[in-house]
Amino acid sequence: MDGRVAERTDLGPLVAEWRAALGDEHVITHRHQLRTYESDGLLQYAVTPGAVVLPGSTEEVQAVVRSCHHAGVPWVARGAGSGLSGGATPVADGVLISLSRMRRILEVDLDNQRAIVQPGVTNVAVSQAVGPTHFYPPDPSSQIVCTIGGNVAENSGGAHCFKYGFTTNYVTGLELVLPDAELVRVGGKGLDPPGYDLLGAFVGSEGTLAIATKIWLRVLPKPEGVRTLVAFFGSTTQAGEVVSEIVSSGIVPGAIEMMDNLSIRAAEGYTGAGYPIEAGAALVVELDGSEAECSARFDHVVAICERAGADSIRVARDETERELIWKARKAAFAAMGRIAPNYYVQDSVIPRTRLAEVLGRIDELASEYGLQVANVFHAGDGNLHPLVCYDGRKEGEAERAEECAGLIVKACVDAGGSITGEHGVGMDKKRYMPEMFSDADLGAFQRLRCAFDPEQRANPGKVMPTPRLCGEVPGPYRQHPLEQAGLAERF
Amino acid sequence: MAVVASESVVEALRRAGEAGTPVRFRGGGTKLGWAANRGEPEIELSTAGLDRILEHNAGDLTAVLEAGVPLARAQAAFAEAGQMLALDPPDDGATIGGIVAAGDSGPRRARYGGVRDLVVGVRVALSDGTVASAGGKVIKNVAGYDLAKLFAGSLGTLGAILEVSVRLHPLPPATATAAGGSHDPDVVARAARELSHAPLEQLGLDVRWGGGDGAVLARFGGAASREQAEAAAAIIGRAGMQPEVVDDDESIWRVQREGQRSADWAVVRISATQTDLEDLFSTVDGLGGRLVGRAALGLSWIQLPERSPEEADAAIETLRRRYTAVVLDAPAGLKADHWGPLDPQARELMRRVRERFDPAGVCNPGAAP
Repeated sequence: MDGRVAERTDLGPLVAEWRAALGDEHVITHRHQLRTYESDGLLQYAVTPGAVVLPGSTEEVQAVVRSCHHAGVPWVARGAGSGLSGGATPVADGVLISLSRMRRILEVDLDNQRAIVQPGVTNVAVSQAVGPTHFYPPDPSSQIVCTIGGNVAENSGGAHCFKYGFTTNYVTGLELVLPDAELVRVGGKGLDPPGYDLLGAFVGSEGTLAIATKIWLRVLPKPEGVRTLVAFFGSTTQAGEVVSEIVSSGIVPGAIEMMDNLSIRAAEGYTGAGYPIEAGAALVVELDGSEAECSARFDHVVAICERAGADSIRVARDETERELIWKARKAAFAAMGRIAPNYYVQDSVIPRTRLAEVLGRIDELASEYGLQVANVFHAGDGNLHPLVCYDGRKEGEAERAEECAGLIVKACVDAGGSITGEHGVGMDKKRYMPEMFSDADLGAFQRLRCAFDPEQRANPGKVMPTPRLCGEVPGPYRQHPLEQAGLAERF
Repeated sequence: MAVVASESVVEALRRAGEAGTPVRFRGGGTKLGWAANRGEPEIELSTAGLDRILEHNAGDLTAVLEAGVPLARAQAAFAEAGQMLALDPPDDGATIGGIVAAGDSGPRRARYGGVRDLVVGVRVALSDGTVASAGGKVIKNVAGYDLAKLFAGSLGTLGAILEVSVRLHPLPPATATAAGGSHDPDVVARAARELSHAPLEQLGLDVRWGGGDGAVLARFGGAASREQAEAAAAIIGRAGMQPEVVDDDESIWRVQREGQRSADWAVVRISATQTDLEDLFSTVDGLGGRLVGRAALGLSWIQLPERSPEEADAAIETLRRRYTAVVLDAPAGLKADHWGPLDPQARELMRRVRERFDPAGVCNPGAAP
């Protein structure tokens, strides 16, 4: 026995096919190597896939998907595996299709503000390819490693999405390999392709509809000026009021991010960025745009912070100081290790005006469960990232943390929010879907799923809380061939 | 045609589905001509009774509207809080449901995006009696499939839109527009291109062309709108036009919006790219038409002059040889298909989507892609 798993399962004949089509080195079946792929960024979920394939072209993706279609084998597509919802968790009896070899930038067309890329290209590589004059706005914190294919699957956001929007606002075209291996091209460089907005339906579908093998992206001219400050306040409520005032005065900051005391302490201990550890809240505000617009508005923001009684305000005078301000914010997750060995990240969204109330509820839950909860959030769009800290070595603490996190999600949904703002539902949050959606709503989602993937081979077991069948298309009416050809109307 | 009162839209649609009777949905009735040459259904379901503004969360810059709310009425309500829904298509009588179903947009799209970018949630009725929601009421949300985008622009062929949740924006305090005109299409196109790549934050960047005369328009709003407009004017000047900056600019933009419609002429919407502008201008000249366009987005609306339907069909055919063109307003007798040619695999996928959402095939079936 050489440790090759797939030879012991019914993937065997397929593996031989894939080796022939993709080359031996691009088909992984050795148990130790397979384990590299057992989780994405959310390590709580780990499943060893039956096999891993690394196609290098659209045709190779089609070849793999086609054989899965004929053999009835489920598959999961994976980019960098940096997702935080278990969306790329493999299935044991299926194949993991890694798009990491498809990382070519196919075209940069700055005159038309477009870039065409393969799915395995990293987020940051797009901005690099179109720089220094242009940039690609969605900027998830994992942008150095995460791939555009993964961003498309998750509809990724980032710190700048309050102003600039999400991945879905920047995808103008897709080449898709459907679960029956058919190739479909939707859109291209132009906006508003005729017919249904399949781009809008696909972006954010978490790998459950098809595999994107080519992606047309819109890029923007880089803003002329950037101004960044961090203001410190006694409480998150106070900082929250500042956020509301800034936004309602008509200013749309490029980014507006808040950290509470616990995250400030953790981040400061980790980075030494100079944040005062006694501060109740830190508010990072970044404005970008034309120089004239930027300076006029920046003065206004400083005035609002001062009026609201900021304890101190630090304005970045140059790029180094700007990076230092961001360093503390971006390190907040990593720094949590200083507070607790483990943490559970949530990604809930609330209407911004409910911030004080929801944070109060989170405090209550934290003391009730005897756990520390740190809060880091994208304040402009109300996307909270409560980090429920726990020690997994202590009996039952992981379960308590998970329960506490679940109640936090519920509090956010009750406040009119969402269970996830950018991390996706994946494995992790599917159990919360019924908090937000009725059975009829979930049924409507399933209709879309079934149109793309009636046999549900694409990333099965994700997003939907309970498995649903597709079945035959119900209803008494089917189009007559004459109608289909536009030669007759049914009256 | 039988008109059904709106309070029973859900029930009427269910019954139509059961009986297999085609229906269409009516909001303000401003775009009923779109795709009408593919046949008109027997029953019309009006959303006139669905006319409540259900929520306006000023602090959160969001709102929930019933489909039959006229956009103008919603805008008046939002304006009281210094806010707007950044959709500004033509047709003053249009309802939010109709605008979403048609995926219609105006000049502000350049800055704020279109229907697909501003609708964050939707509630729909399907032909089997199902009432379902997708999305939510917050501006950032990735839970579940984005059915709001699927229904946006679907022309009522998947089901009835009952409610939409939208993202709002603050009304820009003061606006100013930099404008320049020229008889040279290349000069207009060049100025538009320079502006779209300049590090300025336009509220709108439009061009118009027709009859050997054109203009470029860049609109700004905000604390430094005048300064930005002057910077834009300098760019227009360098491109070879006599620039001017207009503070009282509302009427300029109204004309741009009106260029997206015609009572008598055929109007087509072109999805192209910004470098296609010169070519589009000369194509328009060849057809004797007029164009308004969102220069940076590559979207244009071309009015084709009043001629026989056969001549209009031939003109659309000419456009479609080079561009993706969707027919909007159409004079009686026009044969050209609303959507035009589609990738066969994409069309098949759309057919499957429609079959799942409207298995009875009764929702405005003539307009299906």
